[in-house]
Amino acid sequence: MRAGRLPEPFGRFVDRAEAQTFTFEGRAHPALAGDTVASALMAAGVTTLSRSFKYHRRRGVLTMAGQDANTLVQLADEPNALADVVPVSEGLAVGGQNYSGSLGNDRAALLERLAPFMPVGFYYKAFYKPKGAWKLWEGVVRRLTGLGRVNAEAPHGYYDKMYLFCDVAVVGGGPAGLSAAIEAAAAGAEVMLFDDQPAPGGALNYARFDAAGERAGRVRDELVRAAKNHPRLKVYTGAVAEALYEDNWLAVVHGNRLYKVRAHTVVVAAGAFEQPMVFRNNDLPGIMLGSAAQRLMRLYAVAPGRRAVVATANDHGYGVALDLLDAGIEVAAVADLRPDPPSSEMKDAALARGLRVVAGHTVFEGLGKKRVAGVRMAEITGQGECRGASFTVDCDLVCVSVGYAPTAALLCHAGAKLAYDEATATLRPDRIPPGMHVAGAVGGAHDLDAVIAEGRFAGWAAAAAGGFDGRAEPKFPNGRGDVGVNHPWPIFPHPKGKEFVDFDEDLVVADIENAVADGFEEIELLKRYSTSGMGPSQGRQSALATVRLAARARGRPPAEMGTTTVRPPALPETFGVLAGRSFNPERLTPAHHRHVEAGARMMVAGLWWRPAFYGPPERRDECIVEEATAVRANVAIIDVSTLGGIEVRGADAAEFMNRMYTFAYKKQQVGRGRYALMTDPSGAIVDDGVACRFAEDHYYVTATTGGADGVYQNMLWYNAQWRLAVDISNVTAAWCGVNIAGPKSRHVLSRITRDVDLSAEAFPYMGVRHGTVAGIPVRLLRVGFVGELGYEIHAPAAFGEVLWDALVEAGREAGIRPFGVEAQRLLRLEKGHIIIGQDTDGLTHPHEAEMGWAVSGKKPFFVGKRAIEIQTARPITRRLVGFALANGSGPLPEECHLTVRAGEIVGRVTSVVRSPALGRVIGLAYVAPDQAEVGSTFHIKGPGGRLIAAEVVPVPFYDPDNQRQEL
Amino acid sequence: MPFGLLKYGFRRHYPARRYLPAVTELKDSYDIVIVGAGGHGLAAAYYLARDHGITDVAVLDKGYVGGGNTGRNTAIVRANYLTPEGVRFYDESCRLFQDLSGELDLNILYSERGHLTLAHTDAALRTMRWRAEVNKHLGVASELVFPAELAKLCPELHLGQDARYPVMGALYHPPGAIARHDAVAWGYGHGAWRRGVEIHQKTEVTGFQRANGRVTGVETTRGTIGAGLVLQATAGSSSVVAAMAGIKLPIRTVPLQACVSVPLKPFLDPIVVSGSLHVYVSQSDRGELVMGGSTDPYGLYANRSTLEFKEGLIAHILELFPFLARVKVMRQWAGMADMTPDFSPVMGLTEIDNYYIDAGWGTWGFKATPVSGKRMAECLATGRQPDILSPFRLDRFQSFEQVGERGAASVGH
Repeated sequence: MRAGRLPEPFGRFVDRAEAQTFTFEGRAHPALAGDTVASALMAAGVTTLSRSFKYHRRRGVLTMAGQDANTLVQLADEPNALADVVPVSEGLAVGGQNYSGSLGNDRAALLERLAPFMPVGFYYKAFYKPKGAWKLWEGVVRRLTGLGRVNAEAPHGYYDKMYLFCDVAVVGGGPAGLSAAIEAAAAGAEVMLFDDQPAPGGALNYARFDAAGERAGRVRDELVRAAKNHPRLKVYTGAVAEALYEDNWLAVVHGNRLYKVRAHTVVVAAGAFEQPMVFRNNDLPGIMLGSAAQRLMRLYAVAPGRRAVVATANDHGYGVALDLLDAGIEVAAVADLRPDPPSSEMKDAALARGLRVVAGHTVFEGLGKKRVAGVRMAEITGQGECRGASFTVDCDLVCVSVGYAPTAALLCHAGAKLAYDEATATLRPDRIPPGMHVAGAVGGAHDLDAVIAEGRFAGWAAAAAGGFDGRAEPKFPNGRGDVGVNHPWPIFPHPKGKEFVDFDEDLVVADIENAVADGFEEIELLKRYSTSGMGPSQGRQSALATVRLAARARGRPPAEMGTTTVRPPALPETFGVLAGRSFNPERLTPAHHRHVEAGARMMVAGLWWRPAFYGPPERRDECIVEEATAVRANVAIIDVSTLGGIEVRGADAAEFMNRMYTFAYKKQQVGRGRYALMTDPSGAIVDDGVACRFAEDHYYVTATTGGADGVYQNMLWYNAQWRLAVDISNVTAAWCGVNIAGPKSRHVLSRITRDVDLSAEAFPYMGVRHGTVAGIPVRLLRVGFVGELGYEIHAPAAFGEVLWDALVEAGREAGIRPFGVEAQRLLRLEKGHIIIGQDTDGLTHPHEAEMGWAVSGKKPFFVGKRAIEIQTARPITRRLVGFALANGSGPLPEECHLTVRAGEIVGRVTSVVRSPALGRVIGLAYVAPDQAEVGSTFHIKGPGGRLIAAEVVPVPFYDPDNQRQEL
Repeated sequence: MPFGLLKYGFRRHYPARRYLPAVTELKDSYDIVIVGAGGHGLAAAYYLARDHGITDVAVLDKGYVGGGNTGRNTAIVRANYLTPEGVRFYDESCRLFQDLSGELDLNILYSERGHLTLAHTDAALRTMRWRAEVNKHLGVASELVFPAELAKLCPELHLGQDARYPVMGALYHPPGAIARHDAVAWGYGHGAWRRGVEIHQKTEVTGFQRANGRVTGVETTRGTIGAGLVLQATAGSSSVVAAMAGIKLPIRTVPLQACVSVPLKPFLDPIVVSGSLHVYVSQSDRGELVMGGSTDPYGLYANRSTLEFKEGLIAHILELFPFLARVKVMRQWAGMADMTPDFSPVMGLTEIDNYYIDAGWGTWGFKATPVSGKRMAECLATGRQPDILSPFRLDRFQSFEQVGERGAASVGH
């Protein structure tokens, strides 16, 4: 059918002045600005948009509202795009999907011939014998399932997010939503209205509310004018309210932007989905909802066919028929499912225009191959039965108007339940949660006066809930127009089947009945077994029919069946819009640029970047040895800004430290540091650092890079219970730190330190001082993770680069150089210092790790004390020991290779390195307690399973008497 | 076309094969009452009947069969755990899973896709090696693989150095599989029912009657019934049900969320997990991407979905597969995860003589369905803790003999 577009006023959304061209399946088609892919294709006479999931049947326009899976098409970078939503743009390339061959000639359509052998849940009943058969069959099945294709080259694109806040959020821009928004704004509330269509108006844009066809436009224009003129009301069009989360947290997708809207009150006026009728071949292209035909005509000026049959059970179908007549489309017959349709303005007008109305009849079979060519009609002789004679009517369009289901997704997200209501024969949202209001068709009202009144009332109530309660309560008219809209049984099983209940999943009447017969009687089980409602449209067109069929199969009323859970999102939402700009925080130390300039290879350390070593990657091992050698023999600096820094101040500071850490802190002198080991309530080691006492009531405690945030949270969590007089703050980012280490470190540091006596006598090992280095106010910590004379210099972060430069300058003569994390790991291992998380695991208690010296036995309490005592009283099951390899040639063991004895795992290597200072391979490993004596031998299951003998040696490996760090 | 389907095409009437029983009255008492008709409870009932000839069993559920965490998890099966106790246990489960379709006469769509746990830091790489070494030592196939090999195993994965957290390697576990989770519950339910077990849906347990240190009756919304032995298998409500019996569990319950995309043609074969990015993703036989992440940060008994979860999860999915920006999420949901301190389950005897527990299933319950059913059945039938369950006994927390599996949890929790 290539008739041009319908004349104005048809085509509200298209701009006839602007022509475009796009391609579908490689063929060029004309379009107008404002067209969707589906409307342009219908205008061009293309009715097959897709192939169905299972049988690869031709599918075309069903809802024209972006609500069904029939219109899923393939774009270059986007699978499963909705053809009735995606706007045409010049040159847009669109294709069909889920076919082999071409959309018009899909070889996989042969599968339909096998349909009798593919009953509901057939894949559970076959393909698994003999064992291993599924491996082969799965490949076949997987190729046939799925819909669109992903393009592995597709770009990420730009997406962003925005936060909005309002008193009242209104979802839906139809008569109910507009009325609600206007009323709420008039009451003084800040109101936002979200509508998914390009222009507000909802059904007023396409549906017919009176015989003359004038009222909708008039009402719409009034409401839209009032809405647009109100300063407190903002209308968002093309904005899809996807989900409603806890506390009226609304997710709205608007193009490539995600609005996150926090509303005091939400009015849901989202309307209702028109529902298909179930009959044989009800999926043929050309068979569509009455509202879909109206949308094609009124919004896009597209004639959906030339000769139509309307099947209806309500006034709306007559409105569709009148619209078709107005558009110059022949209406061959109206099948009214009601035996004795009541008189009404719309029906009488249709009769007056000479329409052939066949009461008590239905369409019970669609005829035709590529699109509908006619229907078989017959008298309804019982519920879903047509036992009498039938007759055929030729047509290329069938419009179905037999009822609605509410667009209640957002209400259900918030906790409402859908319940089948016998009186109105529809699902109704029940148990509306507080803070939400319902208006219009979503709640079952279809009479336009009632819809507007409900909208006004909801807007009034929503505003009043937010304190804007100065206006009088709006009045309701009599009647809501909710009865007689839904036919109770628009389902006509056919002896030959093919009456589709769920279009997405290709489920027919028998599939639902058979699933019940297979024992899946509960509605949730029925869904899961039959897959009804599991497809992209999530049951929007199938849930109502499924409930009815399941109820009949069980011999129960539909109201007793319940409904399945509705989950977000209301409509599929792109990964891009959810991810947004994918912010990934990165933390750089103040001297970061100096490291990069010095040729550092940076490594990830939590959110931080740290220098691993300085030099080209191919010289990695040499660089690490050179850096380590510089520390041992000369002087070097490392950026330790990433270490956690936590201030504990207050009268109870020492008591607090005593409870948080295992050591004793009360007698710690001011000006001294002390090792700090933290355990959890089960006695497992969780972090370590140095506790520096700068005053009676002031500790500055360091934490590991990865553990700092957790330690801080832990402290807050505990003190929320203890209520000690301390102030705890995480100052990690406020301070930078540099560790200068090596025999010449005192010499270098003294060159730029004026006010602190650095001599061994005045400032001994584990001393802490305030001072000034290179004019910068600093905290000096004389600690020794790497086992040489050294100082940690902590300064306010702003001075980081200056401090680094000053140290480099001061040490230039001595040959100072920077060292990275890798050299530091090596050096600390030579000293036998453990790294929490590497040499410990989630269950390591201090005694296993030979850290008993750091646990005070005298304190009444610390976190983990009770657990450690119990564990200490029991036989220990493993010990962390230092080891050396007798034979350092051959493949070395790696960290986490197992230690084994007689085939049983006894532990693992936690750290291993070839020590340049010692000239042999050393490491730490967990072994059985009876293997832990110095001089014992144990075995490591090395690369390729080769057993490597290792000897337990004393720790520290290097400088066992700690003379060097205490110089 | 397999023979099994021929009858459907040639018979005049649909040869219905009832998988689950119709509603029947409760009896006055049963030898064994199992609370919870999820995979675990039904599997226990099945093995009680099959292996021990005990069929006077009622399985009760407040909702429908498999409606709890059985139907909410992401259906991943693997044995690449960290502790020898864990590896042995889950390996037995994998082996049972491999034969389960034939055993239950119902295709559970068990699909060995291979399981990749990505490492983005050297610390993660170290943990992967630890797991690989323990696995291999116990005969479970696991290898550490590096980017060159990863590119072959999963060509779609973004391995570039431009990523915020570039992939450094992965733990590759070839037997890692996915299955149709619902079908596992239906199959066990069917098998148990056919052997004489009763399954009562919409029958909520509201309390236990106790006398002399034993549970003597089970109070339900359909009346009180007598019970010789009671097994609770109510993942997600473990603490609540145990409390009715007077047992306190060291469990913290948090929501665990997941989501699926609309169906896509197959492009992703392996199951891909990233602990650092807190994501796991696989592609189901229907073509949907099934995606999950870490548990919610706070304890809560509510199956609600959140936006924050989905935003974070999907952002990380795009870091691994940047070309999916225009793919769409179809549905999100949540289940309840009963987290134990050591990330291992709690199974077996309790302080109450005739009350048995199968709990603490956190984020690792589905994959243990067959082994927990089989071994809990053995435990109930013999009254003794089977050796393989011994490490998971409830009193291990008092004696600090935990089975530390935190390092093998799929993502950080």
